[in-house]
Amino acid sequence: MSASRLFQIAAAAILAACAGASAAASKTLVYCSEGSPEGFNPAFFSTGTTYDASSVPVFNRLVAFAPGTTEVVPSLAQSWDVSKDGRSYTFHLRRGVKFHGNALFAPSRDFDADDVLFSFMRQMDPKHPLHQLSSGQTFAYWDDMGMNKIISKIEKLDANTVRFTLLHPEAPFIADLAMDFASIMSAEYFDRMIARGTPEIADSQVIGTGPFQLVSYQKDAVIRYKAFDAYWGGRARIDKLVFAITPDAAVRYAKLRTGECQVMAYPKPADIASMRRNPAITVNEKEALNIGYIALNVEKKPLDDKRVRQALALATNRASILKLIYQGNGRAAKNLIPPTLWSYNDQIKDTPYDPDQARALLAKAGFPDGFAIDLWYLPVSRPYNPDGKRMAELLQADWAKIGVKARLVTYEWGEYRKRSKDGEQQAMMFGWSGDNGDPDNFFTPLLGCAAVRGGGNVSRWCNQAFESLIQKAAVTTQQAQRAKLYEQAQVVMKEQAPLITIAHSLEFTPARKEVHGYVMDATAHHNFYGVELSK
Amino acid sequence: MLAYVAKRVGMVIPTFIGITLLAFSLIHMIPGNAVEALSGERGMSPERYQQLSHQLGLDRPLRTQYFDYVGHLLHGDFGRSINTHDGVLQEFLTLFPATVELALCALALALLLGLPAGMLAAVKRNSVLDYSVMGVSLTGYSMPIFWWALLLIQLFSVTLGWTPVSGRIDIAFDFPAPTGFMLIDAWMSGEDGAVASALWHLILPAIALGTIPLAVIARMTRSAMLEVLREDYVRTARAKGLSWFSVVCVHALRNALIPVITVIGLQVGTLLTGAILTETIFSWPGIGKWLVEAIHRRDYPVVQGGILMSATIVIVVNLAVDLLYGVVNPRIRHNS
Repeated sequence: MSASRLFQIAAAAILAACAGASAAASKTLVYCSEGSPEGFNPAFFSTGTTYDASSVPVFNRLVAFAPGTTEVVPSLAQSWDVSKDGRSYTFHLRRGVKFHGNALFAPSRDFDADDVLFSFMRQMDPKHPLHQLSSGQTFAYWDDMGMNKIISKIEKLDANTVRFTLLHPEAPFIADLAMDFASIMSAEYFDRMIARGTPEIADSQVIGTGPFQLVSYQKDAVIRYKAFDAYWGGRARIDKLVFAITPDAAVRYAKLRTGECQVMAYPKPADIASMRRNPAITVNEKEALNIGYIALNVEKKPLDDKRVRQALALATNRASILKLIYQGNGRAAKNLIPPTLWSYNDQIKDTPYDPDQARALLAKAGFPDGFAIDLWYLPVSRPYNPDGKRMAELLQADWAKIGVKARLVTYEWGEYRKRSKDGEQQAMMFGWSGDNGDPDNFFTPLLGCAAVRGGGNVSRWCNQAFESLIQKAAVTTQQAQRAKLYEQAQVVMKEQAPLITIAHSLEFTPARKEVHGYVMDATAHHNFYGVELSK
Repeated sequence: MLAYVAKRVGMVIPTFIGITLLAFSLIHMIPGNAVEALSGERGMSPERYQQLSHQLGLDRPLRTQYFDYVGHLLHGDFGRSINTHDGVLQEFLTLFPATVELALCALALALLLGLPAGMLAAVKRNSVLDYSVMGVSLTGYSMPIFWWALLLIQLFSVTLGWTPVSGRIDIAFDFPAPTGFMLIDAWMSGEDGAVASALWHLILPAIALGTIPLAVIARMTRSAMLEVLREDYVRTARAKGLSWFSVVCVHALRNALIPVITVIGLQVGTLLTGAILTETIFSWPGIGKWLVEAIHRRDYPVVQGGILMSATIVIVVNLAVDLLYGVVNPRIRHNS
């Protein structure tokens, strides 16, 4: 019959095709990434997916985080001086740093102060000709970090020296400059593209000073890079870097097993055990710079009473949450910041699981029979909390033991954020992933008084003692002094209990055995400079 | 015939208005909006929220936004993605060939297997063959695509190592894609093994996506065929000595095809829906995955534009199917 004959022909063609499929070139590293970048100019966007594809391989910043840590080290700036009053930062730029080139652009000069000024002024100055290049484009992080409320002016002192003057002393400023949005672009490239009448190309076919050059991008499919031969830090040890965009975690794992990629992003926690058993795979892991917690809205009765908040913390069985929800992929949190951050106060005594003491506290507060409360749980899985709903069910059972009847509530994520910003919540799951490894980046956005209005402080807790400590720490330049202030702030927070700290999660980046020298980044980026492939 | 075509084409206009209205109101009915989706854990100051809403035009009354949108549409302007800032039409055109390529292969597979399977089942009615074809097709129809796709990957890629897990072509191939159809681009590139690699990558997604249409087509063909085989002219054809093959494949099939073609037209909708899951699993850069992402981010222009364009395709295909009836069966001529 004709159809079956056709099928035979098709089958034969397919078998022939099988023989033709070839393996990738030897020094190509394929990374199964989780999604498409929003674009390639990191200043416009705020997701890790975009940074992994843009700021990390293609660009450098004035300063950088040393691999695997949040220690700020020189990068495009070889050194810097801070004035006594903490308001003026002078950067001495590295010489002989080359920019990439592409089909449209060959750089005529090395990196210098003009590139620094261009990269920052474009974001800072609303009148800059490229500030509003296309509709809807915003400098997300610059605005969210309130950089215009920090920097007063930026000057070029000479070709290789730049001075930033701040409106007020701001110690976390130097860590801010290591963040993705502060990537340095080529001013010359933009000038050339403006002259050509296509400035927007400079934001998509990007040119940087980083270890890898962008070669091509097919939306939702693949991003290709090649090692930049003239990289100032020394050429990368792999020749090509390819991102195979693979949104499904199970499929990423399958590709890792078959060798279609050598490194994969964001495995499912449930797969970790089986990955560890696989002799072809190394599971890299690191404590993440994050915190998952239950915020207690102090503006809502009865949570305005400190004793009630402490009672809820005492009634929470964290050990069982860690075992059942994080499945061993998390570490119990007693402070807001993770232990990997400097100024972590290890003297703080962890709140024990003690329902009896909780009951006694509630009785003292006037609730011997408990009360009813709304508990909002996360509608989405976040790195710091893989399963909000199940965690809520555990909490509900824990709190029921002291007479607190929790009603479980949730909303779609955008709505969840909006309502919590309006302060509708009582108890609410929330969390945070750190941006830059400065403790200020946890305390101010999550518990600062200004963040009550901004919406990040969902406990809506504005405590004068705490606020003055973190504000003072933010303007002190000596790290040892700052650490002392943050340590005190943690004592105040623990005593006042505006939130119940649950866990800092672990992050995993599984790689095949032939990948060597992969270092997990402290700020959750995936960085392939320094990686070597054997065989 | 001409009047019929005019009437059908005329119906398209109110349908379009309905679709724009539906697409627009549905996406705005989902709680949360694009600006909130941007804000994440950090939150956003009220001023900045205002500023962004204004920039995106979301602070205007919904009615104004709708008429504005339709006004731009009439000028061929689908707007820009809130997420990537790229033009919606441009993104659609980049991704659409991948979906078409996958859908056509899936449909081809469904037809190639579904038609003969259905015919065989009808001819050998109540035989073991009939029961197994119908049993298998019912299973195929009931199978959740994502689960089926993962199963295929587990078996054929991970365990047996026969097919690649996902993607459109081996990473080693890097050539320009002027058409966006990987098979054609691979062929045009002239690189050794490129077409083979592209074909090899198509197999699993085409099977995953083609399974439901295959099942539907097989069952539809069987029942249509059974009807026709009872007709007098079939008996006449057999009586005058025509071969079994010629009776079934020429005389009966042609008449049985009418309902089958209708079903094939309707399957275009299924293919586009199925593409959402299939594309996500197989990392296939098509419009299905693009739309899902856009819904998560409340990327209104993309969702509206994407729905509108997908709906257009479904409408056009079904219009074509209606007009095809006359071609397949000359007895149906729309002359009223």
